[in-house]
Amino acid sequence: MLMRLFDSDRAGSVMLTLLALLIAVVPVANLLVPPESSLHLSTYTVTLLGKYLCYAILAIALDLVWGYCGVLSLGHGAFFALGGYAMGMYLMRQIGERGVYGNPELPDFMVFLDWQALPWYWQGFDHFWFALVMVALVPGLLAFVFGWLAFRSRVTGVYLSIITQALTYALMLAFFRNEMGFGGNNGLTDFKDLLGFDLQAGSTRVALFVVSAVSLAVVYVSCRAIVNSRLGRAVVAIRDAEDRARFLGYRVHYFKLWVFTFSAVLAGIAGALYVPQVGIINPSEFQPLNSIELVIWVAIGGRGTLWGAAGGAVLVNYAKTSFTAVLPEVWLFALGGLFIVSTLLLPRGLAGLFKRSKDAS
Amino acid sequence: MKEPLLKRDRVYDFLAPVVIPEALLDTRHGPILYLEDITVTFDGFKALNNLNLTIGDGELRCIIGANGAGKTTMMDVITGRTRPDYGSAWFGSRINLLGMDEPAIAAAGIGRKFQKPTVFENLSVQGNLELAAAGNKGVWRMLSAPLSAEQRDAVNEVLSLVNLQAVAAHVAGTLSHGQKQWLEIGMLLMQRPRLLLLDEPVAGMTSAEIERTTELLLELAGTHSVVVVEHDMEFVRSIARRVTVLHEGSVLVEGKMQDIQNDPSVIEVYLGE
Ligand SMILES: Nc1ncnc2c1ncn2[C@@H]1O[C@H](COP(=O)(O)OP(=O)(O)O)[C@@H](O)[C@H]1O
Ligand SMILES: [Mg+2]
Repeated sequence: MLMRLFDSDRAGSVMLTLLALLIAVVPVANLLVPPESSLHLSTYTVTLLGKYLCYAILAIALDLVWGYCGVLSLGHGAFFALGGYAMGMYLMRQIGERGVYGNPELPDFMVFLDWQALPWYWQGFDHFWFALVMVALVPGLLAFVFGWLAFRSRVTGVYLSIITQALTYALMLAFFRNEMGFGGNNGLTDFKDLLGFDLQAGSTRVALFVVSAVSLAVVYVSCRAIVNSRLGRAVVAIRDAEDRARFLGYRVHYFKLWVFTFSAVLAGIAGALYVPQVGIINPSEFQPLNSIELVIWVAIGGRGTLWGAAGGAVLVNYAKTSFTAVLPEVWLFALGGLFIVSTLLLPRGLAGLFKRSKDAS
Repeated sequence: MKEPLLKRDRVYDFLAPVVIPEALLDTRHGPILYLEDITVTFDGFKALNNLNLTIGDGELRCIIGANGAGKTTMMDVITGRTRPDYGSAWFGSRINLLGMDEPAIAAAGIGRKFQKPTVFENLSVQGNLELAAAGNKGVWRMLSAPLSAEQRDAVNEVLSLVNLQAVAAHVAGTLSHGQKQWLEIGMLLMQRPRLLLLDEPVAGMTSAEIERTTELLLELAGTHSVVVVEHDMEFVRSIARRVTVLHEGSVLVEGKMQDIQNDPSVIEVYLGE
């Protein structure tokens, strides 16, 4: 079954093999190879790689809804951030008495605001399982309600993109406010440990990296399975000729709603993996620009391929890391330029290059 | 356009069964399609004006009329895309079309070909037909259940019926215009419809293709009821038994082709052009 899935997906097999290699090599290179050795991988690099993998999951999530279903969400960063906040809330609760104010119940920012008790929506986040449920549930529920309203009313195209952008912007403004109870401007940070493991420890970082890599593989395989199923073809049909599908008996809005919600859950998972690795989540994750950058990763990588989106996310973010180290002001221009060049010369993204050379051979 | 959410006598769409059992379609006591007093207004302009139309079970009917006469709008009403301001539309004697959305109407047994041929260009010809196959088209079902043997057989049957076996594996986007028209008709047949609505099925076809389409439609009539909207008079003459002339949103005359051709009012508004 699993083998059949990859018969015609060589690029996907290559990607999964690469991931397997990383999972095998990175822990050894970081934990076992002595720091003096040139083969040693610093914990900083491990975390950086882990971050890229989270972005790759996010990119696959967007590709599913944009590349296959034709719904260009310019607000997917919001679902990523919400998943991140859910994880951040758990990590906050883990701090306990070790905060600056030493309050065992309340996170520092609540003490600072002079709050007396934990708000109702923070209840339960001291349990890891509860946080995990929320990581999927909160973005999923928001996407479901939003999608229900939008797709039922047949909002499509640019209008839909604009309201998704408005959604993430509105959430950013809301999360900026102190009285929302999510740490306002500063967000949630100063995390100490996760399930009792010190977040600063190299071994924890390696474990988080491995979990991210495994998650990416699982997300890829499940999305591939969806795309290859009859559902996947129905979704492509809806993308290409929505009316035709509707008059053939497909309730188009249910399909869009399902894909959008599933994609939002994946984005939330990516955010939850991201936060313990970078050690902070704040409202800037909701900024519209993030969601637009995400679209650019997918466009550059090649939409409608899944692996292209993942590759695009890693490559563009690697470029960003290298670039911002040298010329931080220029990055956005470089990104814009890259986007324009890729749309003009590579309408199918970098993935299109591979496909073309394969077709030619 | 939208049903109020709070109506107590209505089941929410997502709770209602998507597939309307074919048994519900009842044509024992009369026509398969019955339109009465249908009126559709766009910004004060009456695209359909007290339209009355009856199609008998198994009939092949041609509808002609000048551009803007309301032919496409009539199909929009029957298939649930446009809600009329008033009037009623029945499929058989039991199914009220005005209470249903497009997928429900499709599932009840009405297939529609668009004026501009519309197929899924990125899927293979076979893939197009598979997607159209009758059966449960819910999200979960599509994800979990593979195509049934029965559906597979239906695909092969339709492939030969519309003469596309040779290109079954080709991507639909590469088909000729005429082949796309056939593929779309094939997709309708996959739904096992009782009533076919074909909006200009031979537009842009070569004469050989038109001939083949004529054969196909004559083959379908009898087991299906077929409504054809067409401009090509030659084609209409070759298939039609009864012809309805639409003019400014209502029926001008209805009758045999020969009678229609000689009707002075028709000559004035349509044929005379
Ligand atoms: N969605 C719409 N909005 C406004 N006017 C419309 C719309 N659809 C059709 N019309 C008008 O209704 C009339 C009938 O159109 P149509 O049914 O497409 O004619 P036909 O198919 O007979 O050529 C035309 O004058 C057209 O301009
Ligand atoms: Mg028309």
